[in-house]
Amino acid sequence: MSSTVMSERSDRTRALRSDKPRYGEKVIFGFLFITAAVSVAVTTAIVIALFQPLPGLFQEISIVEFFTATEWSPGFLKPVYGVWPIVVGTLIVVITALIVAIPLGLLSAIYLSEYAPNAVRKTIKPVLEILEGIPTVATGLFAFFWLRPFLEYLTPWLPWGGLFSTGVAGIAVGLIIVPLIASVSDDAMRSVPRSLREGAYALGAGKMRVALRVVVPAAFSGIIAAFVLGASRAVGETMIVLLVAGAGSPSLNFNPFEGIQTMTAYIASRATGEIAVGSVVYDTIFAVGALLFVITLGMNMLAIRFVKRFREVYE
Amino acid sequence: MSDSSRLKGRSGLAVAGAGLAVQNHFKSKDTKGRTASILFLALMLLALVVAISAIVAVLAWAFFEGRTRLDADLIFNGPSTVKRATAGYSVAILGTLQIIGGVIVLIIPLGVGAALYLEQFADKTKWWNRAIELNIQNLAGVPSIVFGILGLAFFVRGPFSWGLVAASGSATVALLVLPTVILASREAIKAVPPSILEGSLALGATRWQSVWLQVLPAAAPGMLTGVILAVSRAIGEAAPLLLVGALTFVTFAPSFFEGGFSALPVLIYNYAGRPQEEFQILAAAGVLLMLAVLIVINSFAIWLRARYEKSW
Repeated sequence: MSSTVMSERSDRTRALRSDKPRYGEKVIFGFLFITAAVSVAVTTAIVIALFQPLPGLFQEISIVEFFTATEWSPGFLKPVYGVWPIVVGTLIVVITALIVAIPLGLLSAIYLSEYAPNAVRKTIKPVLEILEGIPTVATGLFAFFWLRPFLEYLTPWLPWGGLFSTGVAGIAVGLIIVPLIASVSDDAMRSVPRSLREGAYALGAGKMRVALRVVVPAAFSGIIAAFVLGASRAVGETMIVLLVAGAGSPSLNFNPFEGIQTMTAYIASRATGEIAVGSVVYDTIFAVGALLFVITLGMNMLAIRFVKRFREVYE
Repeated sequence: MSDSSRLKGRSGLAVAGAGLAVQNHFKSKDTKGRTASILFLALMLLALVVAISAIVAVLAWAFFEGRTRLDADLIFNGPSTVKRATAGYSVAILGTLQIIGGVIVLIIPLGVGAALYLEQFADKTKWWNRAIELNIQNLAGVPSIVFGILGLAFFVRGPFSWGLVAASGSATVALLVLPTVILASREAIKAVPPSILEGSLALGATRWQSVWLQVLPAAAPGMLTGVILAVSRAIGEAAPLLLVGALTFVTFAPSFFEGGFSALPVLIYNYAGRPQEEFQILAAAGVLLMLAVLIVINSFAIWLRARYEKSW
């Protein structure tokens, strides 16, 4: 009895199976896999491009000096290669950018997610997307030719020095990361369940209290992810920094009213200058690039982790 | 109080009194809290206005600074250090068009293919598929200048050794925007309900037939939006191109695999760095030209997405 059922079933599955193996589908599957694997190949290529010149470089200069010296003077008789001046430059830009972008981005996000009527939201979001799409060359030129002179005109008592200003570069970078911070935090706040808000309203809380005491804390890890992503964008920003903070020779300088060089600006200015391929200075481009890559990769992993933790709580 | 007029005497008075007491009890007495919430609303609106006025300010500056050079020479003349008043962007525009052409040819198959694989075919329990996913997320956050170093090491020199040509720039920028296209295409595929695919499979179509004939057409507008936004990013991207040789001052139309090339944002940067005032005006006019093109492209992409955004 049971054996006839078994055989009947296997007959039926055989009938449902396609009569010929579909090699075409296998080929397409293979092609699709390859297209997906290209991204892994790109990452591998980036790692190779950045790290391959390093062993040779660190035979010429000391790796300890690279990470600890506070001076970068490659052209001198006794050259010193310390990465600190340009790391400090990047830090000043990133901190200024976050000081500008966090309040602007977070307040915009709270408005969009908790207050804005649907129609307003639907118009403002694309506008912010367009702001995000403005080429950084344009923002950089605007900041160099207009924003810096304008700020100097407003605050003549501040110690402005020369044409360049790290602080203004930071402000301009801050403006371009506002849309990123706003849209990631907005997404995080919108995925906070309605029931949390309604519970708070039922207890008599006002709109502002619900937004600040319930929604923002509930979306906190998503908001932190937005800040980290914004900071990572600011670390990697090149053109604005190159234009506004200047591309001079790197020196340790904490003054935001003067120019300074950052990691990205160092790479861009050295790679376009007249430097012999294979020289030590040429190889330092890759060392600084590797450092930049590791820093931004770390920040992105952190942001991905925060977003994941947030999703685990609510979805 | 209309109820109390119907009730006479003491009971009417009692009802009116109770009504007032209730109103008084629930009225918000806390004017401090009200001021704070009005202030907070004002602060949020101010933040939005500042963010949005940044776009307006960049556009306004570019217009006032560059308005004297908004002429045909801007588009049809090449760069020149001698005839500064009539120099333009023709060579850079051609270079950018070549770069964009290469970018489109590369990112459509690679981006859509990877998105289809990850959304429709990949087994999420396998570690290599999760690794690909994580890798794409991380690649999207790699700074553009690092892609410039990649282009320098792989396309200009190294395995491909094309030299400082438009092809190198094109391939570099294509890899830079690829993660954006993949992520946008995945979102577009995710928005197609699985019932469409399942219906097709139930009618006897193979998996690929179902994906190709049902899922892909439904996701196409979203994917197209992703591609257009990626192209608009590629038009404005300058940093990686600096590293693959776009900064050279070429005065002739480039060919894809030969000779120096230039690109619109890079030539703008080049002009801006020159001390003569004519060039700075020209840079502002170039910014205006580029922003005008980008705003048109981006608005079209956003319109396209809104127009075809289906709720199934």
